[in-house]
Amino acid sequence: MRVDLETAAAPAGLRRVAIDPVSRVEGHGKVTILLDADDRVHQVRLHIVEFRGFEKFVQGRPFWELPVMVQRLCGICPVSHHLAAAKALDVVVGATRLTPTAEKVRRLMHYGQILQSHALHFFHLASPDLLFGFDSPVEKRNIVGVAAEYPDVARKGVLLRRFGQEVIRVTAGKRIHGTGAIPGGVNKSVAPEERDALLADAYRMIGWSREAVELVKRLHFANVGLYNSFGSFRSNMLSLVAPDGSLDLYHGGLRARDEAGRILFDHAGYQRYWDLITEEVKPWSYMKFPFLRELGAEQGWYKVGPLVRVQNCDQIPTPFADAERREFVDFGGGQPIHATLAYHWARMIEMLFAAEEIKALLHDDDITGNDLVVTGTPQRRGVGVIEAPRGTLIHHYRLNAHDQVMRANLIVSTTHNNQALNHAIRQVAKRYLDGRRLTEGLLNHIEVAIRAFDPCLSCATHALGRMPLAVDLVDAAGDTIGRLRRDGDGGCVDAAAAGRKDGP
Amino acid sequence: MSGRESFLLDGTPVPFAPGETVMQAALAAGHYIPHLCYHRDFKPHGSCKVCTVRAGGQTVASCTLPAQPGLEVESATPELEDNRRTLVQMLFVEGNHFCPSCEKSGNCLLQAVAYELGVLSADLDHLFPSRPIDASHPDLLLDFNRCILCELCVRASAEVDGKGVFALSGRGIGKHLIVNAESGRLVDTAIAATDKAVDVCPVGVILRKRVGFAVPIGRRRFDVAPVSAQAKGDAPRPPREKERR
Repeated sequence: MRVDLETAAAPAGLRRVAIDPVSRVEGHGKVTILLDADDRVHQVRLHIVEFRGFEKFVQGRPFWELPVMVQRLCGICPVSHHLAAAKALDVVVGATRLTPTAEKVRRLMHYGQILQSHALHFFHLASPDLLFGFDSPVEKRNIVGVAAEYPDVARKGVLLRRFGQEVIRVTAGKRIHGTGAIPGGVNKSVAPEERDALLADAYRMIGWSREAVELVKRLHFANVGLYNSFGSFRSNMLSLVAPDGSLDLYHGGLRARDEAGRILFDHAGYQRYWDLITEEVKPWSYMKFPFLRELGAEQGWYKVGPLVRVQNCDQIPTPFADAERREFVDFGGGQPIHATLAYHWARMIEMLFAAEEIKALLHDDDITGNDLVVTGTPQRRGVGVIEAPRGTLIHHYRLNAHDQVMRANLIVSTTHNNQALNHAIRQVAKRYLDGRRLTEGLLNHIEVAIRAFDPCLSCATHALGRMPLAVDLVDAAGDTIGRLRRDGDGGCVDAAAAGRKDGP
Repeated sequence: MSGRESFLLDGTPVPFAPGETVMQAALAAGHYIPHLCYHRDFKPHGSCKVCTVRAGGQTVASCTLPAQPGLEVESATPELEDNRRTLVQMLFVEGNHFCPSCEKSGNCLLQAVAYELGVLSADLDHLFPSRPIDASHPDLLLDFNRCILCELCVRASAEVDGKGVFALSGRGIGKHLIVNAESGRLVDTAIAATDKAVDVCPVGVILRKRVGFAVPIGRRRFDVAPVSAQAKGDAPRPPREKERR
């Protein structure tokens, strides 16, 4: 069922309810709902209300600063930005193939990040809803409430996250906002004593991650009707996959599937991602709406993140996680699972994968090597793509002849999921809020749907200056009588005009 | 050693050789006096005033104050430390010092001195000046945002490199670093990446390109020890070592 609640047909006279701010997510956003006198829902929108500006203020800076500078976009997954920028700059310095040490240390850093971010999201942010119920007492719906009632779950969640952060510290120099990845490689490898200290905990983390998958499955199966239908919608899907089709969150080619799971494109190189993906703007949100160029804005929007990745790949290269993936896929009965709450299940499978990958990398002698950096023929443009905890993350930079950044474009995971997030909350609003007197618990249903995506709203709003913008001219009766759209170059165009064909 | 004359620094006797300043003798004895524009390889000129001490009833820059027998010097007093903090805070707000993304972080003397003095916030309004960087040179970059007007590059380029690439221009708050080229661009000067002027910059103004964050956290100069514990390293080199340079 598709529900079109983006814009009310006749907004005049409708009552406006706002969830502001949306809680237990990273960043600031709000949801507005327009209701009539009978509490029927006419419009639901997720708005991103904060403003970042990174694409603007990196302009003019020397390129080698970027991996350290842009990671300040986020305090939750800085490593993802750090690595995506470093990957883009590998292209810039002509490092077509990193040394084994550099690649594996970066992978270790990334899987540490995946582990800590997924643990943070599931245990700290989402589990209160799932363990206590969406409309349980608000005083209880937090990590402190979880710690009181499920102390073992809370403790393991905290320690899983800490382990992931330790992996980051060892590879990047700090738990948050380190400097490990540099253009063409890394600035440090892993000392044997650092490796041994991590290995002492690595197996326990795999065990706890398996328990986390079991917990989320138990929750899903205990209320299978709710979990399968809540905020569920069908959509296209996008992620990176390894050359052999395996799940790989660090590198690969782009694979897109349609809502039935049919492949739209596969192993597509991302250096010209704009041939595949473009973005549109809407007048009511700072966050852009990406879509698959081939299918157009109406049909081409897609979702990214754990729910997609676990189904988009052909296998997971670690045994425990792959067994869980098979069970997950079987649960879909031959069809892709589009259940919004299944994001949690898929996320925990990925956390298990990250824990197993960390263990495998810690046993690889290459991570203690000394060959850290390579360079080659310099380039003036570089694109780096990585699968961040929340989904596909694109960094794109253009330089001038003096090593300065002239232009940057970042498409972050939450931006990819923009339309999907809006669809999910509209489904929930229609199903649970329509015609009912609103309560805090009912409104939390909306937030539960948002949280399933683990959105990072601060990452998602980073433009400044000549930001793409759409302006609607509305007459007194509420009818749109004109629309102008400004593209990223500052030129005003008609709303119907398609995105540019050649690369930025 | 026992026959050498000494002065008192915060009540502690500090021996000195004839011709040494209070700063030189203090550093040689392992006593730290906060400083920014002083450098052991160059004649002190007392411009940053961070090393200001009280001696003989006067407030003077210790880097230019000749050591004298029996002189009583006060340095680590709350009032002087307060003044130093304010001076450092003024430098932070006059420029654009974004330590989180600065490649000199951990190797930066301004940052190290700020940590040493316990500067936790600017406490003054930032001026946010507009200072475009000069990236014209193929090997070097000038980021004027971080200049503290110490003139070390000016002195190094003139006295060691023999090139006179750098100078300060303007007065008061308008004072700024310039390069000796009609175009005003570094690429049109005689500077080379091997120049002393490049190495001597205590902050992140004069940078070798494409080095960035090559040194990992934990191995940068001030990760190893705070600036006050590195006083001896800033002391004048013995004459023989100087000659070998």
